Amino acid sequence: MSLRRHYPFYFTLGALVLYLVFMIIPGVSGIAYSFTDWSPYTTKVNFIGLENFKTIFAANQNYLLFIKNTFIFTIVTIVLKTVLGLALALLLTEGVKRMAYFYRMLIYLPVVLPMLAIALIFRSILNPATGFLNTALRGIGLGILAQKWLVDPHIALYSVIGVDTWAGVGYIMVILVAGLQSVPREYYEAAEVDGAGFWAKLVWITLPLMMPAIIIVTVLNLLYALRVFDVVYALTQGGPGYATDVIYTAIFQQFSQGLWGVGTAFSSLLFVFMGVLGYFVIRLMDRGQARE
Amino acid sequence: MLSKRLKQAGVHLLAIFAGLIMVIPVYLIVVNSFKSKADSSSMSAALPAAWHLENFATVIRVGKLATSFINSVVYATGSTIIGTLFAAMAAFVLSRNRTRFNRFLYFFIILGIALPANYFTLTKVMQITHLINTGVGMIILYAAGQIPFGVFLIYGFLDTIPRELDEAAIIDGCGPFQLFFQIIAPLLMPVLVTAAVLSFLGAWNNFIMPLYYLNKSADWPMTLSVYNFFGRYQQNWNLVSADILMTILPVIVVYFAAQRYILSGMTIGAVKG
Repeated sequence: MSLRRHYPFYFTLGALVLYLVFMIIPGVSGIAYSFTDWSPYTTKVNFIGLENFKTIFAANQNYLLFIKNTFIFTIVTIVLKTVLGLALALLLTEGVKRMAYFYRMLIYLPVVLPMLAIALIFRSILNPATGFLNTALRGIGLGILAQKWLVDPHIALYSVIGVDTWAGVGYIMVILVAGLQSVPREYYEAAEVDGAGFWAKLVWITLPLMMPAIIIVTVLNLLYALRVFDVVYALTQGGPGYATDVIYTAIFQQFSQGLWGVGTAFSSLLFVFMGVLGYFVIRLMDRGQARE
Repeated sequence: MLSKRLKQAGVHLLAIFAGLIMVIPVYLIVVNSFKSKADSSSMSAALPAAWHLENFATVIRVGKLATSFINSVVYATGSTIIGTLFAAMAAFVLSRNRTRFNRFLYFFIILGIALPANYFTLTKVMQITHLINTGVGMIILYAAGQIPFGVFLIYGFLDTIPRELDEAAIIDGCGPFQLFFQIIAPLLMPVLVTAAVLSFLGAWNNFIMPLYYLNKSADWPMTLSVYNFFGRYQQNWNLVSADILMTILPVIVVYFAAQRYILSGMTIGAVKG
């Protein structure tokens, strides 16, 4: 039978047109616009070569700081979410014998909430004078740990990271629980016969066998963190100063200020970087499927 | 035996502690949304001295929440229907007819999971298509945004539906539409529900698209109108809390009703990958 007739190409057109028009065309044409001085105020677009990229990498500009903040945010959230997610996953699979489903439901709850709402709630919780966190810390005699969470430029980025980890750790935990459940029980039983304790089993059995799941959560965290916007914008708007500005909050400012040439160049750098990254992730997945 | 019980008590305490940390912020929003302005200023965990139900009426009136709520429902529902339908139809053909070109197309579409948006050139596209500052534009943008993950999720599930079913249907004279909508789609229901729920939540929670592409407050969804309400009434944490509560309540309802689908979608998507 003719596959083309029974599985017609036009079935893919709806998805393909939306994808091309609203994701691929803006992304690719953005690379072309990166070499121009276009702005919302004029209709004339001039080719200016690499000027926009020179601006981005100039020492007297803040773009390198935004990139640096994005990288700090990315690396620290990857580490925190993976470590805490694994700890919670172990707690709910190896630790508690009953009610694991109930705990998992609570820990996952923040994942489905709008990040904007979460950030607004934490603006109150992290208020230095009246916020819940500092009040609670003083209440249990740990007042010295109370900080000016979102106000102190040295701490602000890490406070944002903390809120983002709080919101996202449940997602990572759920994926790692699925990974843990795929580790054969016999390995642990054999190790226990050999006298292995908790840490020995973790290092020699769990972690090596969980590598595929850990790679997946790392990729997911990476893709999310490089594009992060809502949590930063709603918590600090990039402040104090530029202390918490990341790539996408900077892009929003450029958008509002009409700096479309530099903004497009900045967006296109990320587009190319993540496109290459995505290509390798897909290659990796494709090989994984071929092996099955 | 005793030490085993102690250990169980210990791990339960840890799990309860973790659960509490995740729920406290939501609890704070709930109790403070019923307080007076003065009582809510520090967003404390105490129960309200008196229950100010009128906060909700005030917020709905002042924040024009009825309009925003309807906007959010329309954007999330519309984009979910369009996006899930298109993703399912595409995944069906790409998965059943695996030519070299179709395999390339599949990988090309799921590459979109990684690609970041370019809001400058996207503005241009929105202007050319006359979708900027319109609700329809939001629906189309959200639908487009969910295509890559939707295709990925549904494509994986299609392998579990035997091809013999297609063959039997085709011999009985089914055309492509009948084959897809009457034979395949019902069997895809579990993954379609998962894709739809995730898409609905994603659209409901989205903040950045309306921030860029909606200028009239009458078109704003809940997220954007909460943000602007917060900007004007920062001092009234009781009203802000009520506003936030009404934004997150539908999400929490969907979460408890459909958590089986949400959790399975999250893990299928990731573990299969």
